Amino acid sequence: MATLDHNDKKVIGKRVVRNEDPRLLTGQAQYVDDVDLPGMAHAAMFRSEYAHARILSLDVSKARAYPGVLAVFTADDMGADCYPGPPLVSPPPTVKDVVFNSRRQVPLVKEKVRHAGEVIAVVVAETRYIAEDAADLIDIEYEPLPVVADIEQALEADSPLVHDDLDSNLAAQLIQTKGDYEAARKSADVLIRRRFTIERGTAAAMENRGIVAQWDAKSESLTVWDTTQAPIPIRNGLAARLGLSESKVRVIAPFIGGGFGPKIMMFYSEEMLVPWLAIKLNRPVKWIEDRRENFYATTQERGQVHDVEMAFTRDGKILGIKDDFIHDTGAYDPYGLTTPLNTQSHVMGGYDIKNFTSEFKVAFTNKTIVTPMRGAGRPHGVYVIERMMDIAAKELGIDRVEIRRRNLIQPDAFPYEHGIIDQAFAPLIFDSGNYQAALDETLKAIGYEKFVKEEQPRYRAEGRRVGIGVLPFIETTGVGPYEGARVTVEANGKIAVATGVGTQGQGHFTSFAQIVAEQVGVDVTDVRITTGDSAHFNWGTGTFASRGAVVAGNAMHAAAVMVRKKIFKLASKVLNAPEEELELENGVVRVADIPQSSISLKDLAVLANPLRGAVEPGTEPGLEATAYYGPQYGPTAFGVHAMIAEIDPETMMIKILRYVVTEDCGTILNPLILEGQVHGGVALGLGNAYYEKLHFDENAQLLNASFMDYLLVGSTEMPRIDVRHLETRSPLNELGTKGAGEAGAIPVPALFAQTMEDALYDYNFEIRETPLNPNRLFEIVREEKTT
Amino acid sequence: MKPAPFEYHAPTTLDDALSLLTEHGYDAKVLAGGQSLVPMMNFRIAQPAVLIDINNIPDLAYINAEEGGVRVGAMTRHHQSEISPIMAQHAPLIYSTMPKIAYPQVRTRGTFGGSLSHADPAAELPTLTTTLDAKFRLVSQRGERWVPASEFFLGLYTTALEPDEILAEGFVPELPPRSGWSLQEVNRRKHDFALAGVAATVTLDENDVCQNARLVFLSVGDRPMYAERASTLLQGQALTSEAIRAAAELASSEEIDPGDDIHATADFRRHLANVLCKRALEQARQRAQGQK
Repeated sequence: MATLDHNDKKVIGKRVVRNEDPRLLTGQAQYVDDVDLPGMAHAAMFRSEYAHARILSLDVSKARAYPGVLAVFTADDMGADCYPGPPLVSPPPTVKDVVFNSRRQVPLVKEKVRHAGEVIAVVVAETRYIAEDAADLIDIEYEPLPVVADIEQALEADSPLVHDDLDSNLAAQLIQTKGDYEAARKSADVLIRRRFTIERGTAAAMENRGIVAQWDAKSESLTVWDTTQAPIPIRNGLAARLGLSESKVRVIAPFIGGGFGPKIMMFYSEEMLVPWLAIKLNRPVKWIEDRRENFYATTQERGQVHDVEMAFTRDGKILGIKDDFIHDTGAYDPYGLTTPLNTQSHVMGGYDIKNFTSEFKVAFTNKTIVTPMRGAGRPHGVYVIERMMDIAAKELGIDRVEIRRRNLIQPDAFPYEHGIIDQAFAPLIFDSGNYQAALDETLKAIGYEKFVKEEQPRYRAEGRRVGIGVLPFIETTGVGPYEGARVTVEANGKIAVATGVGTQGQGHFTSFAQIVAEQVGVDVTDVRITTGDSAHFNWGTGTFASRGAVVAGNAMHAAAVMVRKKIFKLASKVLNAPEEELELENGVVRVADIPQSSISLKDLAVLANPLRGAVEPGTEPGLEATAYYGPQYGPTAFGVHAMIAEIDPETMMIKILRYVVTEDCGTILNPLILEGQVHGGVALGLGNAYYEKLHFDENAQLLNASFMDYLLVGSTEMPRIDVRHLETRSPLNELGTKGAGEAGAIPVPALFAQTMEDALYDYNFEIRETPLNPNRLFEIVREEKTT
Repeated sequence: MKPAPFEYHAPTTLDDALSLLTEHGYDAKVLAGGQSLVPMMNFRIAQPAVLIDINNIPDLAYINAEEGGVRVGAMTRHHQSEISPIMAQHAPLIYSTMPKIAYPQVRTRGTFGGSLSHADPAAELPTLTTTLDAKFRLVSQRGERWVPASEFFLGLYTTALEPDEILAEGFVPELPPRSGWSLQEVNRRKHDFALAGVAATVTLDENDVCQNARLVFLSVGDRPMYAERASTLLQGQALTSEAIRAAAELASSEEIDPGDDIHATADFRRHLANVLCKRALEQARQRAQGQK
């Protein structure tokens, strides 16, 4: 029967080209901005110029009078409807002494703005042009307030307050411990202490956010097209906000040009406003975020400061780690503690560490809200531990690879239980892995031995600074609570599949189709996937936390297995043969050894849904099944990245000569798609290492809110990447999958720092911050030389 | 990111364009390739009341070889310069720099005259034309005048153009025999404006003594920064590494005026200018020596 034998997969794991690509490449895919409805009005947001200011007066009369304007709304006009959205992740975990002050954003700000770009008023007009012209006519008077721009200063006693009703800017505080760090440090041969800073970046999805809402007053139903990663929670939340039945609200997340985390935030001001406007005005309303707005209004991530101490034995064995850090949540904290908890979950890396203590404090600042962004706290943890491993290697005189090898969790130690909680408040347990094998594979692929022994000495003799870096990382993935899927054999013989998760470029129309095709015995192109449309499937949470392939994938697998059973049961009856003698292939069930005795899925589907005739009690129509999957805790993927790069010590410009990734995310659904995920992740990682930084000034004003000044990594900056695959199955789910969506981005800043230190071997310096840039490297190298 | 309302004109003759410009003066902006102006309008940094689009005027795009140099029409797209054999032969410094200007999409639309008139001190063409001692023909209903590049760029986005004038064409002189050239710049990403850059030309005599040198820096001042003293210092000297070092030192310490911004400090830009100047002179010398 239909168990998934690891070595006997027909479709899963194959390099199948993507089902969705013809539509995407020929411009036939529908994005939110493609939705064009009769009578549609356009909204423009009037946003705060200040990061922190009191609104003294607001006069929208000239905007209202501007020709072509339909309406202008302020918080006063919205009245009681202007309350915050529901928190996305709450309540905080039941950890001892946890502090959590929930402060959430509103549709329109009333008295005080808390970050530049907050929405103060909304203008609705016949065109976006008119709406923007009218927004320019709004008169506002601010009283600028002292600004909280720095996360450390935010927590000082004399800091101005982002939220006046709190005693401080402390949004949250949480301590997690394992073993006894104090005892470990007393027995250490060496203690290493360092401080690391990680700056903010933005996800910069190719498609900005967008919302179209249509209200049908006759049926009292609302349809919303939204670039959200979480269409079902958005539907449920909107229904609750607007007092509508959930069945009367349809949320469609169509094709979306990249999510990367910020598109799962509940609720963005505009997400609350646009549906409300559509009902209020009884006209379809569209709002498409422009790139400048995206820089201010779409959530960001990465800002943390870490104070770390690690205890080692003389031979490089880790005795323990203490990591206290401050996390920047921006002006509000709708997403709870996900990101800092992820950091805590990753600051031990893939190492066998018995003693751990970590306290984080989350600070409110007058900056754009922080929610998880591809990597989501993991790159911070990996940066800290891997930088510390490099520093320890130098101080202890042990090779960088060797010190890691001595501490990696051994293959026989799984499941490896940490005794702390992860981002989903589940126990942090590493389910399976073969970390040494991934390290060996990477060293072989990059040619580590040869480079270090032959190539590098030759470069150095020529005066060239060429360095190598190698380091491992983990990625906790595939967290709960659950996802579901419905698989149907339709009367045309094609397979229809629906799931609640949205899709933002992950290749779901192919990888999910492969999972189903494996069981239902059809060609991958005959499986039609519908994602993110609450009219098709209305249970689920969303696409985030590298969980699509794990959680939705396994739900789909379970539903497909159930459909396969139904197919065999019915075919057995029709063909008058025992199920064990049946084979299912190419959309046809046949009796083994009697090829002429067969029936197509198409005919079976018709028989399963007859128009006439008596049926047995308990019979369900159709060849259809719905299944759900919810993991107790998520599987943990592992990988190793290696890089060889040259740096010009005079200009600090870099050239990456070789880049190797070994990714082990359990069962691979489609290596092509997986490699694409890895490539994209590395691009973001390189940005976080050397290019991408949001520059805020002391007034928390963003200085580089355009792609001219925010240096997004482009194809010309990307190296060729050699991706290697290992498949250590997860024992936690039937498919054996682990997530990989964020993997590529996680280790790159740490790897980059290690490579630069190796390349500039004849300078005495240490990198303790990310992202870098040529100017900053120049300063760091010079500072260290002069001290 | 939608522009403020504006009046739009698309004249089909230069005379009509000049007449509109005379009429609207400071309220008008000329639209050539639009690669700087249109983004600025979308950000509402620029809000011209009148836009005069000169893309429909024929005969403003050409690259012609002439006695002693190349004549380039204002509407010549960067891409045309990039693939022009005439440019390759008579103005190799411009030809070889073209691929470094932004990226293909910008080069397909961006124009010679537009880049010069916009006068971004980080752009390559203002620096290259200053280095090559080019001159520009400025036309208006009042007549026309030729202005050398060294007198055209007056400051940040500021040129010698009067409000009723259009830069119609440029003349780029050819370098004498035994000349070498180089453009060196540091760009964060391949297509970015440079953090710092320098263009150098040198002309050597038969004994490899420098007859003439010109060093012009970009992104380290409010306009193309001609390092006159450093250029003069090299004249009459063999271009030894000491001579090159001295010129680079002088130019980068005294003849540029870099500013701080989020991409680089003035200090780092000065350092880069020094490093790049040495590399540019070295490459220009080698190229000059490679000629008969």
